[in-house]
Formats: sequence, C-alpha cells, structure tokens
Amino acid sequence: MKYTQGKYILVSKKTLAKEIYDFEILCPDIAEVAVAGQFVNVIADGYTLRRPISICGIDKEKGTIRIVFEVRGKGTKQIAKINEGEMIDILGPLGKGFPMDDYKTAITVGGGIGTPPMNEIAKHFGENCRSISGFRNAAAVILQDDLKSFGAETILCTDDGSMGRKGFVTEALKDEVNKKKPDVIYACGPNVMIKGVVDIAKEAGVPCFISLEERMGCGIGACLVCACRTVKNGEEYYAHVCKDGPVFNSEEVIF
Amino acid sequence: MADLSVKVAGVDFKNPVIVASGTFGYGREYEELFPLSVLGGISTKGTTGVKRTGNPSPRIAETPSGILNSVGLQNPGIDYFIANELPYLKTKDTTIVANIAGSTPEECAEVAKKLDSTDVDMIELNISCPNVKQGGAAFGTSCEGAAAVTRIVRNATKKPLMVKLSPNVTSIVDIAKAVEAEGADAVSLINTLLGMRIDINTRRPILKNNVGGLSGPCVFPVAVRMVWQVANAVGIDVVGMGGIATYEDAIEMMMAGAKAIQIGTVLFNNPYAAVDIVNGMNEWCDKNGVRNIGEISGTVKKW
Ligand SMILES: Cc1cc2nc3c(=O)[nH]c(=O)nc-3n(C[C@H](O)[C@H](O)[C@H](O)COP(=O)(O)OP(=O)(O)OC[C@H]3O[C@@H](n4cnc5c(N)ncnc54)[C@H](O)[C@@H]3O)c2cc1C
Ligand SMILES: Cc1cc2nc3c(=O)[nH]c(=O)nc-3n(C[C@H](O)[C@H](O)[C@H](O)COP(=O)(O)O)c2cc1C
Ligand code: FES
Repeated sequence: MKYTQGKYILVSKKTLAKEIYDFEILCPDIAEVAVAGQFVNVIADGYTLRRPISICGIDKEKGTIRIVFEVRGKGTKQIAKINEGEMIDILGPLGKGFPMDDYKTAITVGGGIGTPPMNEIAKHFGENCRSISGFRNAAAVILQDDLKSFGAETILCTDDGSMGRKGFVTEALKDEVNKKKPDVIYACGPNVMIKGVVDIAKEAGVPCFISLEERMGCGIGACLVCACRTVKNGEEYYAHVCKDGPVFNSEEVIF
Repeated sequence: MADLSVKVAGVDFKNPVIVASGTFGYGREYEELFPLSVLGGISTKGTTGVKRTGNPSPRIAETPSGILNSVGLQNPGIDYFIANELPYLKTKDTTIVANIAGSTPEECAEVAKKLDSTDVDMIELNISCPNVKQGGAAFGTSCEGAAAVTRIVRNATKKPLMVKLSPNVTSIVDIAKAVEAEGADAVSLINTLLGMRIDINTRRPILKNNVGGLSGPCVFPVAVRMVWQVANAVGIDVVGMGGIATYEDAIEMMMAGAKAIQIGTVLFNNPYAAVDIVNGMNEWCDKNGVRNIGEISGTVKKW
C-alpha cells in the first residue's frame, strides 16, 4: 500500500499555541508506511476540497501519526472542531518525503507553521541535527521540547525578540553554517524564508531540500492542479507538489 | 443484483459510472485505492496533438459546494498517450474513452486520426475547455464552429465519437443538434462553467489565470437541466455530468436523459466515490425492482 483513505480515531487533541492544534490520529496502516516530509489530506466537513497537512510525527509501534496545524481559514477552523474520540477522515500518506539516508549531519529550518515537518527529521538525525525555528513572537513558539527530546540542538528565533534570538532564521542559519557546515539543509516555511535558505545553502555548497505548498485538488497526482515550476536536466516543466513533492531538491525549483 | 451495464453509441460500459476527463489522470494514482475494473469507464485527461505545459499556479480555488480550476490542458501529447498510457489502460478491464482537444479543428482531427488505429473504445472530443485561449471554446461555442470541428474529426476516425459540450453558450440544445447533424454518435455534457474568485486582501484573482471552470455539486442543477433539454432534442445518446456526488445524483441525471454519467470533482473529496456510486445504484435498483439500470434513462415525467 502506498496510501489509503479512511475515517480514523482522533486519540489526542492539544492546543500548542493560539489557534495551533496538535492531533494524534490512530491509523496503523498509514503510520506503518509514512515517512518524514509526507502529508495527509484531511476532510473539513462541509467543504469540497481536503486540506493538506504535513505529518509531524510517526509512531509505528502505537500506529499513530501526529499533525500540527494552524487555523488559517474556514477549512482548518472546521477541522479544529473535531474532538478527541471522534473520527477524522484522512487520505495519506501522500507525496515524497525528505531524503535522509545519505547524510550524517543536518540543519533544519522551520518558519512558523513550517516547523512541524522538521520534527521527524530531528528524530532521524538526533544529536547530529541542529534545528533552527522562527516565530513571530514568544506566544507563537511551538515544538521546541519535541525537537530537544531527540537530542537535536535547537536555535530559536522570534521576529520581535520576545524569546530566543531576535531576527530571522536566515541569519541564524548563516551563523550555524559558518560554525560548521552540515551535510544537508532541510527547510519549510513561507516562500521568502525558503528562498533565503536556498541561497545560503547554494553559496555554502550544501544540498538543500525544501517542502513546498500549493493549492491542491486530488492530492495524489491525478488532477494536475498543484503545479510548481521546476527544472530537471536543463528542461523546464511543471511538477506537481502532491506527487513529485511536497519535498523538492532546491536546485530543481524555479522561484 | 441488477444489470448495471449500459451502451452509449454502441459502446459497452459495464456500469454507467465513468470518471471524468482531467480529474482521474490516466488512472494510475487511483489504482492504489481500488481496481480500475470496478469503473464503467475512464475518460482520460484531455490530450492534444503536441505536449502542453498548462497554466501557472494557483490552478484551483474552492467555492461554496464546488471548485474553479484553470489547469489549461496540461498533457504529454497524443503520441506519448498512445505509446505509454493507452496500452496500460487497455489491460484494466474497463472501457477507455480518449478525451481529445486542440487549438484548431485540424489539430483535433490529427489526434483523432492517430487514435483511429489504436484499440481505444471511444473518442470524446472536447470542444469546450474554458481554460486555454484556444482550447476548443473558440470553436465550441458557436453552432458553426462546433459543426465544423465535428465534421473534420468525424472524417478522421471511424471510432465512436462523443462530443463534449460547453455550458457557456446561449443554447446548448442548438450546439447539440449541430454536432448531431455532423455525425457525432453521442454528446457529453457539461464541461465547466466559466467563473472567477477574488482574494479581497490582495485584490487579486485567486487563479493565476484570473478565470477558471466551475465544477462540483454547485453546478448539478444546471447540468441536470441541460442534459434534460438536450436529451429531449437529439436522437443520439447523452452522457451526463456536472456535480454528481452520490448515487442519488447519478440516478437523477439518468432520469433526466443520460445513458451514462461521469464524475469528477467529487473524487477530490471522496476518492472512492465511483465505487460508492456503483454500489449505491445496485442497491437502489434492487430496492426499486429495477432489473436493468438502462431502463431509467429519460424516465422523468415532466409536469
Ligand atoms: C504539502 C502541504 C503541507 C502542509 N502542512 C501544513 C501543516 O503541517 N500545518 C499547517 O498548519 N498547514 C499546513 N499546510 C497549509 C494548509 O494546507 C493550509 O493552511 C490550509 O489548506 C488552509 O485551509 P483553510 O480552509 O483554513 O483556508 P482557506 O483559505 O479558507 O482555504 C481555501 C482553499 O485554499 C487552500 N489553501 C489555502 N492556503 C493554502 C496553503 N498554504 N497551501 C495549500 N493550500 C492552501 C485550502 O486547502 C482550500 O482549498 C500545508 C500545505 C501543503 C500544501
Ligand atoms: C481539475 C479538472 C481538470 C479538467 N480537465 C478536463 C479536460 O482535460 N478535458 C475535459 O474535457 N474536461 C475536463 N474537466 C471537466 C470535467 O471532465 C467535467 O466535465 C466537469 O468537472 C464537471 O463534472 P464534475 O462536477 O463532476 O467535476 C476538468 C475538470 C477539473 C475539475
Ligand atoms: S492535487 Fe491533484 S495533482 Fe496534485
């Protein structure tokens, strides 16, 4: 099985920050095959389109996955209404994850709600991972204890300096790369941030994998709505974020 | 168990549920979820003479009970389709309808001609894509244009030919009659309705293409009305689509006059919709003493 769709039990629901929810879903068939960087497509009751949400945690023993999402509009607001013990309809795991096996040391860069997909990477690399995360302010900070629990070194930035280092993640990334070059950099967050990370990685000659967002229909590669401009072997073409991504080699993406 | 098989323009479908062009790719992705043999048929992604890259993103916007899309006929071209997708699809034990399009009637004819020597079961000529400047809408929205493209494609192939109509016209009935007169074996309708959404924060259209095609449950009543009008006006078979989400919708569409139905947008919500609709139809027939689903086509009794 690559992916499946069904209604699964929401076994735990937490609030991590204002309007940011942490769901643990019992879905052994999905948990068994899921890898870091993949996503699930979630039903928002009453809406035509499913909402893509990254997988933040995978517990193969318990048969659960974890998703962390922010209420952004009507659909995520509806999903946030699901209570512990109720069913959540998901299709997943979808897309290609982060390639990790070829590398020993990593830096992850998560911007805001782009932090959740970094969690499973930190789990994989453990002490060989430095996790940079950036948030608007102290109230928006999430997942730092999770990242630490795997042994990763966390570097926290806030725009207003209310917690951690004041300023953007890209500045922190520059410092970390200068301190010691990692084998690989992973990033997820707003496009401007990703663009900045990609430039730094390129300059340092470090491979970089980024997780992109695009509006989706089917979520599995059939409808071609989630196009993203990429280039491979000198040829430009529209790749599809749901199937060819959401994780891309930064060299292939045209910003 | 009722007999769900139907015939459209002489072509056999094991049940009336066909997945709509552009929403199902070439089937490979959905095959992870269920065997394609449960489908009545597959209408493949609109294929043109040469490869097309499609429009920039965003290509989709949600609307109440529906979506707008502006994919713009992204496809690998007919030669690739015939070499790489069709042989695979033909092993799947379901009826294969090749949906084709082109910038000019001549391009459509060239594509149809290439398909003529393949074992595809049927051709669906899309003269109604609203998402490319010349996606057919240019010639699909006037009777003369529709007649002309049907004539040249008809002459290019002996395959059963179904023409897919645009709802973005003053009288879809007149267009249907025009393509019937030129030798179309069936018509399918409706393609998407041209629409637009604007992000009020950025004052920009959500779709990069500015406008796009509306589909999903919100268009269903429009589609039922058009299918009913067309089925009453032409002698050829009608395949109905537009917003079908449940087996009840499918049966309603057949009662309006459709011999078979297509489903698209609902798959994005419920990827198993085709399976659910086939099962629902079966149970409904048993409950209502319908032995052959074909019996219900066009049976609505108007007031
Ligand atoms: C691969 C992927 C992984 C994601 N992972 C996470 C995550 O882990 N946590 C999280 O909080 N958010 C994540 N997002 C973003 C999340 O999908 C959107 O915030 C959500 O779809 C917004 O839905 P809405 O109904 O609340 O907003 P609306 O604005 O009401 O949504 C309208 C439509 O636009 C789509 N849409 C709006 N914003 C986005 C967006 N940024 N990306 C894709 N589609 C969008 C919606 O899905 C819906 O179809 C991810 C997006 C993608 C593509
Ligand atoms: C994403 C998307 C892509 C489509 N691409 C095509 C296409 O290539 N050719 C075509 O004839 N119709 C295309 N259509 C139209 C559908 O086949 C169908 O006519 C329409 O969506 C109405 O049915 P529905 O409401 O069940 O989706 C597309 C529709 C969608 C949503
Ligand atoms: S969402 Fe359908 S192809 Fe990506």
